[in-house]
Amino acid sequence: MGLEFHTSRLADAVNWARKFSLFQYPFVTACCGMEFMATAAPKYDIARFGAEFPRFSPRQADLLIIVGTITERQGPILLRIYEQMAEPKWVIAFGVCASTGGFYQNYSTMPGADQVIPVDVYIPGCPPRPEQVLDALIMLQERIQKGEGHSQKALRVEAQAHKAGQLKVLP
Amino acid sequence: MLALERLKERFGPAVLHTASAHGNEMATVERARSKEILAFLRDDAETAFDFLSDLTAVDYVAYPPAGREPRFEVVYQLYSTSKQHRLRVKVGVPEDHAEVASVTELWPGAGWLEREVWDLYGIKFAGHPDLRRILMYDEFVGHPLRKDYPKEKRQPLVRRST
Repeated sequence: MGLEFHTSRLADAVNWARKFSLFQYPFVTACCGMEFMATAAPKYDIARFGAEFPRFSPRQADLLIIVGTITERQGPILLRIYEQMAEPKWVIAFGVCASTGGFYQNYSTMPGADQVIPVDVYIPGCPPRPEQVLDALIMLQERIQKGEGHSQKALRVEAQAHKAGQLKVLP
Repeated sequence: MLALERLKERFGPAVLHTASAHGNEMATVERARSKEILAFLRDDAETAFDFLSDLTAVDYVAYPPAGREPRFEVVYQLYSTSKQHRLRVKVGVPEDHAEVASVTELWPGAGWLEREVWDLYGIKFAGHPDLRRILMYDEFVGHPLRKDYPKEKRQPLVRRST
């Protein structure tokens, strides 16, 4: 019996750790919240996927779940919450309202949260079933493992710019 | 029925129109005397409308066949907790002078309802202590529930730069 080595890149190991320790910030504005609660509760138990702990401060979270309709008036609030989160961070649009505005097409409703912040995974449905939410979480985990989250990509671009000495640091 | 009789008896020509159907009673009253009439309905022992259930407005600009004059109507839904009866009072409001007397002195709960009507219909309430927008943001231009507000018009506060 010889020694066995498992070789991997450091980034893969880090991403593996990241995808199973998501700290979610639920930005709950509407009826989808009930379905989010069902997903988080014991029956569907989102904890099985390493995302059990909702944090009620964006500074302690790396997964923003936008649950429900976003109005234009909420836009600046949503943007501020997103900007407060530590990087790398991910965003799920939970339900059709958060994804596109849903059946609201009027003066007050924002046509999708991606008008203001980047979204990694969209969940359709009004509301989506908990299985869809878990499916979305697994999709997100796959993206995290591959390093394809929007914030992971942005960080890589920033790191390359830093290496090339192109990064401008503000005084 | 009784409330309508009292109203007509007391105010005569200032009560422009009354109707009663299926237990729903309604009176349209003159705008210049609306506050006086509503105060009477609240304080009179027979009517005793001590509770303002709702206050809203209607825009008749495109009402078939050719719109209606005056353009707006402010609608008061009154209820009496002692007599347990209801009355709907309407006040016509013209577009060029969209203003009615505030009833916040009669029912303090009217404060937010009047702010909502101001916000969404652009009808002013004379004597309101703090007539600001309540639902839309301060940057919003216009009054979105007016029927001539463009259906597709958006006034976003913030958008992603990319």
